[in-house]
Amino acid sequence: MGSRASTLLREEEIEEIKKETGFSHSQITRLYSRFTSLDKGENGTLSREDFQRIPELAINPLGDRIINAFFPEGEDQVNFRGFMRTLAHFRPIEDNEKNKNAAASEPLNSRTNKLLFAFRLYDLDRDDKISRDELLQVLRMMVGVNISDEQLGSIADRTIQEADTNGDNSISFNEFIKVLEKVDVEQKMSIRFLH
Amino acid sequence: MSIRCRFHMEYLVFIVLLILLHGSRGEVPTRPISAVTILPPVKPDDGPQAFPNADKANLPVFTMDYPRIQIPFEITLWVLLASFAKIGFHVYHKITIWVPESCLLISIGLIVGGIMFSVHEEPPAVLSSNVFFLYMLPPIVLDSGYFMPTRPFFENIGTVLWFAVVGTLWNSIGIGMSLFAICQIEAFGVQDINLQENLLFATIISAVDPVAVLSVFEDVSVNEQLYIVVFGECLFNDAVTVVLYNMFNFVAEMPVVEPVDVFLGVARFFVVGLGGMGFGVLFGFVAAFTTRFTSRVREIEPLFIFMYSYLAYLVAELFAISSIMAIVTCALTMKYYVEENVSQRSCTTIRHVVKMLGSISETLIFFFLGVVTITTEHEWNWGYILFTLLFAFIWRGLGVLVLTQIINPFRTIPFNMKDQFGLAYGGLRGAISFALVFTLPDNIGRKQLFVTATIAIILFTVFLQGISIRPLIEYINVRRTNRNLDTINVEVHCRLMEHTIAGIEDLCGQWSHFYWKDKFMKFNNRILRRILIRDNRAESSIVALYKKLELQNAMEILDTVTGDISAAPSIVSLYRGNKVAAKPKKKFKAADLKNMHDILSKNMYKIRQRTVAFTGKHALPNDSQTKEILIRRHASIRRSLRPGSFQTTVVPKSHKYFSLPAGKSLDSKFPPGRLSYTGETLKPLLTPQHLMSPFDFTLIWQKTSFLLHLDTTSPFKTK
Repeated sequence: MGSRASTLLREEEIEEIKKETGFSHSQITRLYSRFTSLDKGENGTLSREDFQRIPELAINPLGDRIINAFFPEGEDQVNFRGFMRTLAHFRPIEDNEKNKNAAASEPLNSRTNKLLFAFRLYDLDRDDKISRDELLQVLRMMVGVNISDEQLGSIADRTIQEADTNGDNSISFNEFIKVLEKVDVEQKMSIRFLH
Repeated sequence: MSIRCRFHMEYLVFIVLLILLHGSRGEVPTRPISAVTILPPVKPDDGPQAFPNADKANLPVFTMDYPRIQIPFEITLWVLLASFAKIGFHVYHKITIWVPESCLLISIGLIVGGIMFSVHEEPPAVLSSNVFFLYMLPPIVLDSGYFMPTRPFFENIGTVLWFAVVGTLWNSIGIGMSLFAICQIEAFGVQDINLQENLLFATIISAVDPVAVLSVFEDVSVNEQLYIVVFGECLFNDAVTVVLYNMFNFVAEMPVVEPVDVFLGVARFFVVGLGGMGFGVLFGFVAAFTTRFTSRVREIEPLFIFMYSYLAYLVAELFAISSIMAIVTCALTMKYYVEENVSQRSCTTIRHVVKMLGSISETLIFFFLGVVTITTEHEWNWGYILFTLLFAFIWRGLGVLVLTQIINPFRTIPFNMKDQFGLAYGGLRGAISFALVFTLPDNIGRKQLFVTATIAIILFTVFLQGISIRPLIEYINVRRTNRNLDTINVEVHCRLMEHTIAGIEDLCGQWSHFYWKDKFMKFNNRILRRILIRDNRAESSIVALYKKLELQNAMEILDTVTGDISAAPSIVSLYRGNKVAAKPKKKFKAADLKNMHDILSKNMYKIRQRTVAFTGKHALPNDSQTKEILIRRHASIRRSLRPGSFQTTVVPKSHKYFSLPAGKSLDSKFPPGRLSYTGETLKPLLTPQHLMSPFDFTLIWQKTSFLLHLDTTSPFKTK
């Protein structure tokens, strides 16, 4: 729908998003106004161009990948629910949530899901493995121009060697989790969202 | 006061220095010491003999007319001397890490002052009110204003103003009152200083000038917020101090202070502050408007920037409103529009000259601080001066503590204790205090005491705090464990996560009060840009960014078509010599690991540095990281849109950057299933839809090809 009325957020929707993502009411409204300010076409969804208009993302080495993470497989538009769902990965883990019963479905911002987000930044073809090529691509994006291809290749090889336990020359998600077990992922992959 | 009076001595000083340097004997005619009054200019003995007397038969082959060139000559010599000192420091690089430049300059100044004192000379009257405020201060403030990072600044403007205004008031009144209390004690013998004079003095010494601290902060990479608050506070509290100073000065001469005067003082403060800003914005807009028409006179474009800012400064001085605010707001306003209108070269020239003038002024001021320290008459009073130091320190610390407590709830990122420590300890005093104390009216009885006390505080804070702040900050920012123990995985993945977080934060617009910003941007696009910018195109900022950066690199790219972009000649390769063997080894030795860690830590892109990258006090903004990322992105878009098979190594030269893929027109839709970025496999990993839509791509491509081909096709308008 193209009418402006459809872009207003209804209470029920806010409640649903709250339940699904764990954001507070005010955070959701605030992020909604950010969503609408990005949505130049005013049709309630964001496309890749809308994201690319943010200049800081353009000069972020991983900008394109981050943008890509918002769009589900094969789609070109993301609505507010999807937007919030992705952002929910970055919510800080509160103490009372740490003790939550494992029976409840895992919240979006659990450690595993945060790691999965990072994993998916490498693994574009979604085959649940980071191959040497995928690793090289990301490495190349993150380093300056002074590293030669051979050096980068060695670094990639070493990375895979360190992580790979089953000898398939690629990093699976479990190997990824294992290699980062000592890292405080909860803190590194969290943003303090404004109230 | 005129600057003519004492300069003629400097020729002799330079001779003295040359003698010291070269060890040769020279004629050094000693002149009698000049009194503190204006001397008549020296009559030349051997004036120009353009028309020889009828009696003299010979044409003079060699004449000398010193007094004619005296003043410019001496100014040049002093500037050169100070600059040599600066070169000298950087020869031994390690010094500048531990000792801030201002300390070094003051030391050299002290040495020169010592020399001058021993030959009974007087220093030039650089620190007279007019010379300092009209000639030496504007370049420094222009430098700060021009390179101020606008986005973080406006995001923190509340905090900045809070600390600048309320903080300075707190400091002045606190120190003034405490000193007045001390004065009552008979033992120190300073009872004749009344409350107004104490307040006046307190105002002078509460002007914080953290130039030295800013460079330490950069090196240690403190929290961006802290940096911008210190930076902004420094700028604005100059204005506040000058206002308070004038106010107290006026009040000090009045026998009785009435409540209505206090009220008037507050009103005056607002007039001064807002008036300054208003003038600045006005001149900024006029300058921007002027540059709209300068396309045919490119050579003098930079001139307008300087003239308009200086004019803003002078007009503000005319009306006795805050000239510092005027010039800063002028620079801020002007910069955005002017950089769109002027040519690339003018832009570079402006930046270089602004930096140069600011740098030179600052150097000279610290240098003369050292010189004048030795050569003025001092009046030392242990009690007063020590208590001044103590109170300055205490009140600053208290002030920061209290003010932070009050403002923290309003901040998106509250200041923690470490930040507060940095803020409090970074309160060095500097040039402004120095200049202000010299302009105290002579009818204040203990002027010499005040001068001495101010100099003492400046030296103390600059030397002690300036030198010790670096180790302290490093100490309290506890370093992580030795990163060689981390695996390569951890290093790489952690950096990935940091970039991700930075990207998501920017995406959410965490730090900007984007409601007002959006409103302003709308107003800007609709009205202001139409009037002030030459070609009225509504560019997105990403395109503007491309423009500026890519044009600078365009010629280099033309030359380096072999391999991929990483062979740009201007980038000095650090690691060419350390190439790891071509065949990937299965076993990695410890030395290789260390090598890898080094390579990664030196070469991985740092997280967005919005502040630090732009406000290097002694360096121009360094955007090579941004350039690399953007160019790479652009090239990857270009490459992935090529039709058919694609191998990295066999791309023909002519197709590399500048031409469309063969047979394609601008509007054609790009079919999906493009090849991957590195081209090592043929698996389509990232399609162009993932990178940018055809529309935006063509727009950006058009812009950059427009730049590279230097033609004048008019661009599309964005939607």
